[in-house]
Amino acid sequence: MKFIMSEGFYAFVSGPMVWVAFLVFIFGSAYRVYKIISGLKKEAVVLPYMSFKYSLRSIAHWATPFGTVNWRRHPIMTVVTFLFHFCLIVTPVFLLAHNILWLRAWHIKWWTLPEGLADFMTLLVMLCCLFFLLRRLIEREVKFVTYPSDFFILTIVFLPFFTGFLAYHQLFLPYKALIITHILFGEIMLMAIPFTRLAHMLFSVFTRAYTGSEFGMVRHARDW
Amino acid sequence: MAAVAETKEVKKIIDLGLEEGAKKLTPERIEKTINNALTAMGGARLDAYVSTCIHCGLCSEACHYYLSHDGDPHFSPVGKVKQTMWEILKHKGRVSPAAIKQMAEIAYTECNLCRRCSMYCPFGIDIAYLISSVRRMCHLLGVTPQYLQDTAHSHSATMNQMWLKQDEWIDTLFWQEDDYRREIKNLTIPLDKEGADIMYSVIGPEPKFLAMLIGNAAKIMHVAGVNWTFPSFDGWDNSDMAMFSGDQEIMGRVKRAHFEAAMRLKVKRIVMGECGHAFRSVYDVGNRWFGWKMPPVPIIHAIQFYYELIKEGRLKIVKKFKEPVTLHDPCNVVRGRGLQEMARYVINAICEDFREMSPNREHNFCCAAGGGVINCGPPWKMKRMEGNRVKAEQMKATGARIVITPCHNCHSGLEDIIGYYKLGMRTKFISDILVDAIEVPEAMKVKK
Repeated sequence: MKFIMSEGFYAFVSGPMVWVAFLVFIFGSAYRVYKIISGLKKEAVVLPYMSFKYSLRSIAHWATPFGTVNWRRHPIMTVVTFLFHFCLIVTPVFLLAHNILWLRAWHIKWWTLPEGLADFMTLLVMLCCLFFLLRRLIEREVKFVTYPSDFFILTIVFLPFFTGFLAYHQLFLPYKALIITHILFGEIMLMAIPFTRLAHMLFSVFTRAYTGSEFGMVRHARDW
Repeated sequence: MAAVAETKEVKKIIDLGLEEGAKKLTPERIEKTINNALTAMGGARLDAYVSTCIHCGLCSEACHYYLSHDGDPHFSPVGKVKQTMWEILKHKGRVSPAAIKQMAEIAYTECNLCRRCSMYCPFGIDIAYLISSVRRMCHLLGVTPQYLQDTAHSHSATMNQMWLKQDEWIDTLFWQEDDYRREIKNLTIPLDKEGADIMYSVIGPEPKFLAMLIGNAAKIMHVAGVNWTFPSFDGWDNSDMAMFSGDQEIMGRVKRAHFEAAMRLKVKRIVMGECGHAFRSVYDVGNRWFGWKMPPVPIIHAIQFYYELIKEGRLKIVKKFKEPVTLHDPCNVVRGRGLQEMARYVINAICEDFREMSPNREHNFCCAAGGGVINCGPPWKMKRMEGNRVKAEQMKATGARIVITPCHNCHSGLEDIIGYYKLGMRTKFISDILVDAIEVPEAMKVKK
C-alpha cells in the first residue's frame, strides 16, 4: 500500500505509463487492423466484394437499438448492450476530471459532462457489467461458450469504472490509492483492447461491413 | 471453468466414412494437415472472426437445431464453433482422432450452412464459413460421411452427382421428350444447340429419379417459345456436393465443366432448375474459386425465370391451383439471392390460396437437409428429423396442404419432416403447379 501511494509510483502511472498505454493501444490496434487487411488481400474473395453502400446499410441497422430482428427478440439485452457501450465510451472521453488533465497537459478542451450525469453513467456501466456477468453464469447458451478469458475481459472493463467511482466518492480506501489504481486499470484496459477479444471494438465494424456487403451486393438480401 | 456445462445426449450413430477415416489418423498427421489447411486458408478472416466473437450467444436462436433441441447449447451456432474450430485453434491442431470424428459429425450433420446465424450475430460473423473450414480440414484428413463422400466421388468420376452415364442422360431426355409429345405437338428437348439463348441445367437427381421435372421444363420452354438447349456432354449437372464435403478441388472441376459447357454452346445465359445448393455453387462459390468476381456466364434460378416469363406475358395463367399452399423460402436463393418477392409473385399468379409461413423470407427456418446434410444419408436421417421440429411446427401453423419448395434439398428434406411429424401435407416444386396452370395454345395441343 505504501508503494502504491508513493509519489514515485504516482508519477510513473500518471506520466510515462500513460504514454505507454496510449502508444500500445494505438499502434497495437493499427497493427492488428493492418494484419487483417493485408491478410485479406491474400484471401482474395473478400475485398473485391466490399461495398460502401451496403456496409453502411448493415452497420446502420445494427447500430440502431431495436433496428434488427434479433435486437427486437432480446429487448433487455439490447437496452443493456447499447447503454453499456454508449456510457463506456462517452463517460471517460467527456469526464470533467479527464478533461482537466488534457487541458493542463496539452491545453486542449472539449465538451464536459455534468458531474452528476457522469457519475450516473459510471454506475450504469458497472450495473451492465453485472448484468453481463449474471448472463454468463445463468443463461445456458452463454454459459456453454464462456471461458475464463470472458470473465477476465469483463473484469478489465469493470475495474477502471469501479475504482473511478470509488475515487470520486472517496470510499473505502485513501483517495490517492484509489486514483492510482484507477489510472493503472484504465491503462491496462487500453492496452488490452488490441490483444484480447475487446478487439471487437476494432473489428466488428469490418465484419459487419463485409457481411452487409455480401448480403447486399451479391445476395440481394437483408442481413438484419 | 464453466467450459462444458452440460452433456449432450449421446446417440451413437455409426457412419463408416467417419469411423474408418478416423482409424487411419495419427496425432502427427492431424496436426500437420490442420496447420497446412490453416495456412492455405490465409487466416485473416478466421482471425477477425475469432477475435471479434464476444461469446454472447445471441446467434443461438437463429439455429433450427438449437430451437428443436429445446435450447441445448451444443446445437447453437457458437456452441458448434466452440466444439470444433475453437478446439482446433486452442490446441493448435493437436487434437485426437476421436475428436476429429466428433468434429466431423458436428460440422457435417448438425449444420446446414444456411447462414441464418449471420443475420443474428450482431457482428455478422459468417459462422457457416467457420463450419465449412472445419469440413475442409475433415476432408483433407479423410474423415467424411460415407454417403456424402460417395456423391463427391460420383462428381469426380462422372461430372455428375448420380453416377449417370452419358447415354443414360441423353436417353432420359429422349424419354421425356417422347412422353410430353403425347400432350404437346412437336415438343423438343434441344441438345447442343449452339447459340441458343439459354442453356438449361439441372442436378443429377433430376434425370436419375425426377425425370418428369425435365419434362415440365421442356413444356414451359416450348409454350413460352424459349430458344434453349441442354448440353449432351459433361457440364449439364449444376449440383455440387463436393462443395459441401470440403473438396474444393473437385468442386472447382465440376463448376468449370458447367461454365465451359455454356461457353461452348455460346448461350447468352444459364437458367437452372429449382435447386438451391446448386445455385450457390455456381452463383457464389464456383466462380470465386476461379477468380471470377461474378459468374462468367449470367446465371438465373428457375424462380426468376418463371417470374420473367409470367411478367412478360410469355406464359399465360389460365388455371390457378386451388388447394391452400405455403412457401418454404430456400436459404440459397433467398438469403443467397433475394428471390423471395419474385417467388411470391409467381406463386400468387398460379395459386389461389397462398399462406405465409412465419418467420418467412430471409428469416425462414432451414429445411435441415441442405448443406450436404441429407446427402450424409440414412444413418443421419433421424438426427435430421429431431433437429428440425420447429420446421414441422412452422409448416403446420400455416394450415396449408401443399408446401412449395423451389429447391431439391428442401423438397426432399421437408417431405421427410412431413412424414416423420405426420403433418398430412405434400411438397411440390413451382413447376409442378406451373405446368398445369399455363395456357397451351390450341395449335400446340395434340388432338385426342
